[in-house]
Amino acid sequence: MAGYFENIRETVATIFEGMAITASHFVRKPFTIQYPDRIDIPIQDQLPFRYRGILDVDLEICTGCLACERACPIDCIVIEAKKNKKTKEMVLERFDIDIAKCMYCGLCSEPCPTGSIHHTPEFEGSDYSLESMIRRYVKAPVTAYKVSKEPETDPEVAPILKRGLRYLDEFATPKDT
Amino acid sequence: MQGFADSLLHGGILTGLPIELGYALVVAFFAFLVLNFIMLNAGIFSWAERRVWARIQSRVGPNRVGPQGFLQWLADGLKNIMKEDLIPEEADAPLFKAAPYLAMMGFFAAFAALPFAQGVIVADLNVGILYITAVTALVVVGILMAGWSSNNKWALLGGIRSAAQIISYEIPAGLAVVTVVIYSGTLSMQGIIEEQGWAPWNWYMFSNPFLMIAFFVFYVSLLAEGNRTPFDLPEAESELVAGAFTEYSGLRNLLFFLVEWGNLYVIGAICTTLFLGGWQVPLFTENTLILGVAQCLTFFIKTYSLVFLCMWVRGTLPRVRVDQLMTLCWKYLVPITFVNLICAMLYFVLFPQGNLLVSLTLFGMGVGVMVYFFRRVAFHLRRAKPEIYLSPFI
Repeated sequence: MAGYFENIRETVATIFEGMAITASHFVRKPFTIQYPDRIDIPIQDQLPFRYRGILDVDLEICTGCLACERACPIDCIVIEAKKNKKTKEMVLERFDIDIAKCMYCGLCSEPCPTGSIHHTPEFEGSDYSLESMIRRYVKAPVTAYKVSKEPETDPEVAPILKRGLRYLDEFATPKDT
Repeated sequence: MQGFADSLLHGGILTGLPIELGYALVVAFFAFLVLNFIMLNAGIFSWAERRVWARIQSRVGPNRVGPQGFLQWLADGLKNIMKEDLIPEEADAPLFKAAPYLAMMGFFAAFAALPFAQGVIVADLNVGILYITAVTALVVVGILMAGWSSNNKWALLGGIRSAAQIISYEIPAGLAVVTVVIYSGTLSMQGIIEEQGWAPWNWYMFSNPFLMIAFFVFYVSLLAEGNRTPFDLPEAESELVAGAFTEYSGLRNLLFFLVEWGNLYVIGAICTTLFLGGWQVPLFTENTLILGVAQCLTFFIKTYSLVFLCMWVRGTLPRVRVDQLMTLCWKYLVPITFVNLICAMLYFVLFPQGNLLVSLTLFGMGVGVMVYFFRRVAFHLRRAKPEIYLSPFI
């Protein structure tokens, strides 16, 4: 009989305490992040610089060395580059990355001498067909960039090169460690 | 309502019509009004309930359709209406089709005797509360029918559970009603309200300790009868998919959910009528219209507070097991209400007019418990040190 009343007391007491805890939740701020539209800063801007999102290529500073194509373990990068006999310059005729195949390992961006190929914080890559997931960077044949000993002076290329080299630095020697 | 119909037939807009046709028109009009009222209520409750749970779980809840997601219930309703009305090949089609309407009817019929204000009631039956207890039991027929005719083991289990549960909990609920009826001396809903006063210590809930116990027993029993968490075994998602409603889709499924959410209002309104003084307000004005509006508002505030309590309980307590459910009913609630009933009778013999001192003491204790409750809430807030966000809107 004592157990009977003890059960009743315990039921009432625990429900009372439980209701107090849930009542305290009414005034707590929800943790929900209302992705994608109702956030102060877009998620892409909150991600760290080294975030390995979808690959991107800065053709202005691509040297056409094919290091990335060789590094890629699943051959999702296809480059066609020819040497112009007269000017001794590399001419890029095709630079395709199949994002559907890419596994975001980052091996292509490590050997790149200028940081031309790099990961972006962009991660929203959904699309309606596999075909449209192949990113074709070369629309018309372009001359590849040539690395020189002197600092870059071209005002259009200099900031891109600076950013590319930053990718290389950050990946080579992360600041955190 | 009969008085209203008579006044329309003799000198009102319906003068000259056959009397049966006149009554039928008035009945249809009131049925239309009340049906719309409960549909709106059930719909809005579905949205409100999701918002309340969301805040309890530190989420936001539906907030995209309309301001604060208020129109979410319309969107959900439209989606359900546009879905295919699927009837399983092996199901008992006539019963399967009829079940939601039966459940709907049982719950809708209860509104005939639910008061809104003084004199504002569809039909002030002299057996009001008995009638409500009787017709709300019809819902179980609908659910059982749905469970059986679906030809699905989960649905059958859900239906049988629902039947066992609702019929078991009718007993403590009925006994708690009897406790009130001893004091009121009438079964009419309006009569029970008129026996109480506007002040909390004149309510039946604080009238004496036995009626207070009866209130809590009655509320728990109604939660179980309305298949609400923590007693929502008939549609226990983790065990029975959706219980008796597993095979239903589209509009029929929607009707079952309307019954479930509409029942919230019925629970609140019955508890308010029996224990919380109904629409009683102090006579502050002679104007009957203003007084009527004030009474209506009082009734709604009390009812919606109890509905909110339902939602809050649902967000707090986990579902009980079947054996625990039956233990709670047969080993705890039924003996408690029987003993309580006898004690209430003895008390009534001792104090036929009630005892203001006891009522005031009980009311004071109630306030004390509330204060202690808020201190516990403050304690949990201090301990967790969360980010405080007081606005209900996000």
